[in-house]
Amino acid sequence: MGADHAHHKETFITKYIFSQDHKMIAKQYLITGLIMGIIGIAMSLLFRLQLAWPEKSFWVFDTFLGKWAPEGVMDPNVYLALVTIHGTLMVFFVLTAGLSGTFSNLLIPLQIGARDMASGLLNMISYWLFFLSSVIMIASLFVESGPAAAGWTIYPPLSALPQAQPGSGLGMTLWLVSMAIFIASSLLGSLNYIVTVINLRTKGMSMTRLPLTIWAFFVTAIIGVVSFPVLLSAALLLIMDRSFGTSFFLSDIFIQGEVLHYQGGSPVLYEHLFWFLGHPEVYIVLLPALGITSEVLATNARKPIFGYRAMVASILAIAFLSTIVWGHHMFISGMNPFLGSVFTFTTLLIAIPSAVKAFNYITTLWKGNLQMNPGMLFSIGLVSTFISGGLTGIILGDSTLDINVHDTYFVVAHFHLVMGISALYGLFAGVYHWFPKMFGRMMNKNLGYLHFWVTAICAYGVFFPMHFIGMAGLPRRYYSNTAFPYFDDLANINVIITIFALIAGAAQLVFLYNFIASIFYGKKAVQNPWKSNTLEWTTPVEHIHGNWPGEIPHVERWAYDYSKPGHDEDFIPQNVPLAEGEEELQH
Amino acid sequence: MTAFILFAILVLVGVAIWQITKIFELSQFGQTKDDSQVANDKDNHRNGQLMFAFLVFIYLFTIYSFWAFGDVLLPDAASEHGQDIDRLMWISFALIFFVQTITQALLHYFSWKYRGRKGQKALFYADNDKLEFIWTIIPVITLAGLIMYGLFTWTAIMNIEENDEALVVELYAQQFNWKARYAGADGVLGDANVRFLQDFDGLNLVGIDASDPNGLDDVVVQELHLPKGREIIFKMRSQDVLHSAYMPHFRAQMNCVPGMITEFAFTPSMTTEEMRQTPEMAAKVQKINKIRYENSQALIANGEVALDAYQFDYLLLCNKICGASHYNMQMKIVVEEERDFNKWLAQQTTFAQTIQP
Repeated sequence: MGADHAHHKETFITKYIFSQDHKMIAKQYLITGLIMGIIGIAMSLLFRLQLAWPEKSFWVFDTFLGKWAPEGVMDPNVYLALVTIHGTLMVFFVLTAGLSGTFSNLLIPLQIGARDMASGLLNMISYWLFFLSSVIMIASLFVESGPAAAGWTIYPPLSALPQAQPGSGLGMTLWLVSMAIFIASSLLGSLNYIVTVINLRTKGMSMTRLPLTIWAFFVTAIIGVVSFPVLLSAALLLIMDRSFGTSFFLSDIFIQGEVLHYQGGSPVLYEHLFWFLGHPEVYIVLLPALGITSEVLATNARKPIFGYRAMVASILAIAFLSTIVWGHHMFISGMNPFLGSVFTFTTLLIAIPSAVKAFNYITTLWKGNLQMNPGMLFSIGLVSTFISGGLTGIILGDSTLDINVHDTYFVVAHFHLVMGISALYGLFAGVYHWFPKMFGRMMNKNLGYLHFWVTAICAYGVFFPMHFIGMAGLPRRYYSNTAFPYFDDLANINVIITIFALIAGAAQLVFLYNFIASIFYGKKAVQNPWKSNTLEWTTPVEHIHGNWPGEIPHVERWAYDYSKPGHDEDFIPQNVPLAEGEEELQH
Repeated sequence: MTAFILFAILVLVGVAIWQITKIFELSQFGQTKDDSQVANDKDNHRNGQLMFAFLVFIYLFTIYSFWAFGDVLLPDAASEHGQDIDRLMWISFALIFFVQTITQALLHYFSWKYRGRKGQKALFYADNDKLEFIWTIIPVITLAGLIMYGLFTWTAIMNIEENDEALVVELYAQQFNWKARYAGADGVLGDANVRFLQDFDGLNLVGIDASDPNGLDDVVVQELHLPKGREIIFKMRSQDVLHSAYMPHFRAQMNCVPGMITEFAFTPSMTTEEMRQTPEMAAKVQKINKIRYENSQALIANGEVALDAYQFDYLLLCNKICGASHYNMQMKIVVEEERDFNKWLAQQTTFAQTIQP
């Protein structure tokens, strides 16, 4: 890799399509992720309409669902398909690939001072596998029997038996194939991130000088490599049960007037395998968002991030604990109650590093000089929803209390706030903050403010009342609650939630407009618009292969020398040598 | 009520949009035209104020939600262990609200107080081991307490011991209904398996093994009756996919898993009649009937049939996604005094009677 890399002849195809440049791959991930996000959010609005005005006819149903909404009334199977695909798209395609894929690719080489990823080819393959899995997932929406509809956790036997529901036919096969490819993509990406961070740091970039973004991406990649293969095995075993007559997850089943041959398997085994990924997945989604927040918050507060060492330690603690808490999704699955005790213990432990992170963010703001850029607003918003959503985890992580709120709307409210909204805020913060780096232009700040404030109000408007519905005892994944007169008094709340959801959906259009318009007409960016310390802002605004035209800068200090006494400017980029007599902070 | 809530929301959203457009205008037509798209003092000031307003919004919305939605919450537990769960729940909630109120206040107050101003310099403050230690150790102690309390309660609830006093009931799940089986006079449930479901022309509803003498006096019913004050041990089965037997008023839930028998136990502490008489439930039922009456008016105007008046009954719901009619998989639970229960049980048909040719 040398500077001559920049002068390679590039065709349209090698530059924009089969690109091996990490910056282009990051943009490809982002745009694919955004498209999947639009579909996922649109689906949620469709089923929110059904929940607020159950079994009413809507022209949007008629238009978009066609024969699945006879006379414009949504069919229960379609409702289940919508919640399933909404969950799958948002968790995996938007918040895993869209968030981590985009920013790990963009920032790892730029912030550690590398010319590209360790393997550009694997990186390109990783993106195209992700693209392929996206296409298959979207294709599954168009099959005759409908897409997968067993919930995003696709527990067998429901997901294993086509007799159990229409969505467990071809749609489920495509779901499994798509996820298997997705996992391959994710593993290739993660291995690349790990190798790059370990091997390609520029001179002086010791691990203790790494920006917290990179720590987060690095540890996320490790969690991914540890846990995603387990989901792959679960998916493969499920494919075998479905197509080759094995009995890994099935036993003693009578359905549609017929006793099936399956003997000796257990759905609980599937649940263990699924959640061995499923819970770390929460942190695969969340840690990159927290990493982005650390960077955006410190830069815009013009202050060092508070407690760098504690932040790194809590990332590592969260990563370790995340792999031994999966059982809290299974307290009432029929597993041994003693295991429930163990998982309660480990689960509540994870609250400690999480609390440390939240307190450190708040202290970072204290006595700062806060620059309220849109990215900053979303970072503050993330801390807010992370606290609001995280606190109810104390209830759900406690096996005793989980008995009565398990699988109710209380859970839906909890995880949407703590991982859905928080991670989306992280994604938005990242897009607003690094848009100049990605596209060489600025996004409009006023539209950014509008986007944030409407979203922030609506996020609480949607998910706060949802706790009450859960505490009233209403299970999730109900097509409607009209079958129970006991829940008739929840109708008002459902209407309120849906109205907030629709407004929130409209606010995302503002973002979308701002994003697309700014790519073409945004104000040209200067090299370091936010006056940030990290290395990506030492590269030229125009993208070049190899990132730096000359030598890669050497790192002389940590990433958070903001407002350091004895300096005129309130920031000192990482490549600026220590002044005579200046001491680097011991961390 | 709906109209009022909608109105309140519209006002809130309206205020927000007004505030935002104000920022928009200010920064658009400010005297010094600044199109760098980087926040300037005016942006910092406005957004800082909005941060503080947002804090007020969170607080008000919380208070409003309790005022407007507080009455939908489940009533006090109708089972003995449920009261322990409720106590732990309220302790946890008190803690959550305390932490939520303080942390959100600090976060948004700082965001307002330290909004950027030209010429102001932030404090270079990167570390403080003492502070870090304090806010590590406080969660450790608090959580240790919660974990201890939770685990003792959990062990007490889940440690199910067979005993002569307890009533054993099988809950049987299938797409999309519930059945219950009582052990009959011998107090022992007969062996059962899905293989036997097709015997006796489909009359063998839960697949009892007819060659097991213990099963002959078993009673299979579609409505769950429970005696008050006696421990009930539930044995749960499913014939097709995962289901979850959720009895919210008793703070009871357990998955029904094909191929295995899962267990849960509780002691009902209030009969259906007693629950109906509580002031909270009476008020809730009245409110629901008012809503149903209003909805009925609309239905009648369309020439449709009016809704029945609602009377409270305990519920068993399915709480694990199980297919199209998951949302309507339910069974009525009747809790009554022991003698009424015995009278009811004596009137039911036994398995032997059902399969008699």
